[in-house]
Amino acid sequence: MRVGIKKFSVLPGFGISMGFSALYLSLIVLIPLCTLFIATAGLSLGEFMQIVTSPRVVASFRLSFGASLIAALVNSVFGLLLAWVLERYSFPGRRILDGMVDIPFALPTAVAGIALTAVYAANGWIGRYLEVLGIKAAFSPLGVVIALTFIGLPFVVRTVQPVLKDLDFEIEEAAATLGADRWKTFSMVILPHLIPAVITGFALAFSRALGEYGSVVFISGNMPMKTEIVPLLIITRLEQYDTKGAAAIAAVMLAASFVLLLIINLLQWRSRYYHAVR
Amino acid sequence: MSITRTSAVPNSTGEPAVVRWLLTGIALTFIFLFLIIPVAAVFAEAFARGFAGYVKALKDPLAVSAIKLTLLTAGIAVPLNMLFGVAAAWAIAKFEFPGKNILVSLIDLPFAVSPVIAGLIFVLLYGTYGLLGPWLVKHDIKIIFAVPGIAIATIFVTFPFVARELIPLMQLQANDEEEAATTLGARGWQTFFRITLPNIKWGILYGVILCNARAMGEFGAVSVVSGHIRGQTNTMPLHIEILYNEYNFTAAFAVASLLLMLSLITITLKSLLERRIHQGRYSR
Repeated sequence: MRVGIKKFSVLPGFGISMGFSALYLSLIVLIPLCTLFIATAGLSLGEFMQIVTSPRVVASFRLSFGASLIAALVNSVFGLLLAWVLERYSFPGRRILDGMVDIPFALPTAVAGIALTAVYAANGWIGRYLEVLGIKAAFSPLGVVIALTFIGLPFVVRTVQPVLKDLDFEIEEAAATLGADRWKTFSMVILPHLIPAVITGFALAFSRALGEYGSVVFISGNMPMKTEIVPLLIITRLEQYDTKGAAAIAAVMLAASFVLLLIINLLQWRSRYYHAVR
Repeated sequence: MSITRTSAVPNSTGEPAVVRWLLTGIALTFIFLFLIIPVAAVFAEAFARGFAGYVKALKDPLAVSAIKLTLLTAGIAVPLNMLFGVAAAWAIAKFEFPGKNILVSLIDLPFAVSPVIAGLIFVLLYGTYGLLGPWLVKHDIKIIFAVPGIAIATIFVTFPFVARELIPLMQLQANDEEEAATTLGARGWQTFFRITLPNIKWGILYGVILCNARAMGEFGAVSVVSGHIRGQTNTMPLHIEILYNEYNFTAAFAVASLLLMLSLITITLKSLLERRIHQGRYSR
């Protein structure tokens, strides 16, 4: 019997492909990420807490988490609606619209940032009407939410669409024959099937929004305590040669991202399991 | 214009026309406000001073050097990540070994990391006051605030693109064809180039296109490591930022329009390839 870490296979190339992958992964991702924790480990617990609980840092965390949460919620509602319309209705231009949903994935964040600022500033195409209503969109927390909504837009649409496509019409027909009206069928039969996908999409959009930098810095105005997001604060600290401060704030941020990643993995694993047994 | 149900939906289960109109109307308004208007605004601002102003902005030597650096960066990051993607997918899809799920999760890690943190970790590693800083200074090697730093930060943020596309694709295709080739006496590279590569070429292209779009457009990570030296370490997105902060809006949007066109081409190719890859899956 052959003894090794992998099961026997007639195919060659495990050593070279695995070796190269592991080396490349370590050099590019794992070792650099570890330096963040090494840099933070140089701080005492007291110093660390002093940095991450200072008012300006707390304000930026509140803004980043709050705005990301609102944006992800907006995207959950509209993402579900978009997925439904794109999957269930047919109208001229549907295919093009479906493709356009990917724009925030493909558009460089700096371009998104200046475009949204131009549109939502007080003299912009949309901003001027909001200004009349007394709403300040750009250079306010609302601007941060707008930018984060833009970059998170595709996630819920793209997680819900395949589930909606795979859904059996038979269950809807069964509900209809049993006397449920359309709303009841939707809310009690269809929606429960879509909710796991919506939650996964929500978590992905939230996680992306939390780390987002490029699209936000142009539209937010970057006022400390008011419209300063965490990634911007990290850069500010770095530019002031406060490497330790930057590392400490980044470590908290990274820990939050890892927790989210874990949750997303669990959600995806669960929904895959759910589909497998169904 | 009429909004009907897609042909697959049976008549017994559908919404009244008024609901269909309402939902579609809301969806279109949302897309219009968040996607179409900003995209149109980029072109409108770029051509605000006419075609001559547009061309002039793009012919500026600093814009040209930013375009060149962006091409160079993508030219380094994309092939390396492609090579990694193929190697990782081969190891993961073709063999069984313990810890495979952990490896797959680790490959996705860069997507969970904020671009700014991606830049920061390389400053902490290679910067003057970083871990390897003193050694690099002694040997006069410059990584941060220089092209190598930009390249490596870009490699980090675009790391998973090819691998995460190829792993599920190759797992789906299973090992039968490769095993047949090997047992018939084909050597390893022969099997790879004649059997595996033709099966995964569209998947590779798909990953490469997405990887390239992100590599050319990356802003946060590159912004941290670049140092913003004009004509030397300015990529297109960084150049856009500088022009914009100088209130040179026409020029900023002119350069931005190039990246916008790249992203429009990217999503078009992406949806074409998706159809091709899916057809391939079903016909096999």
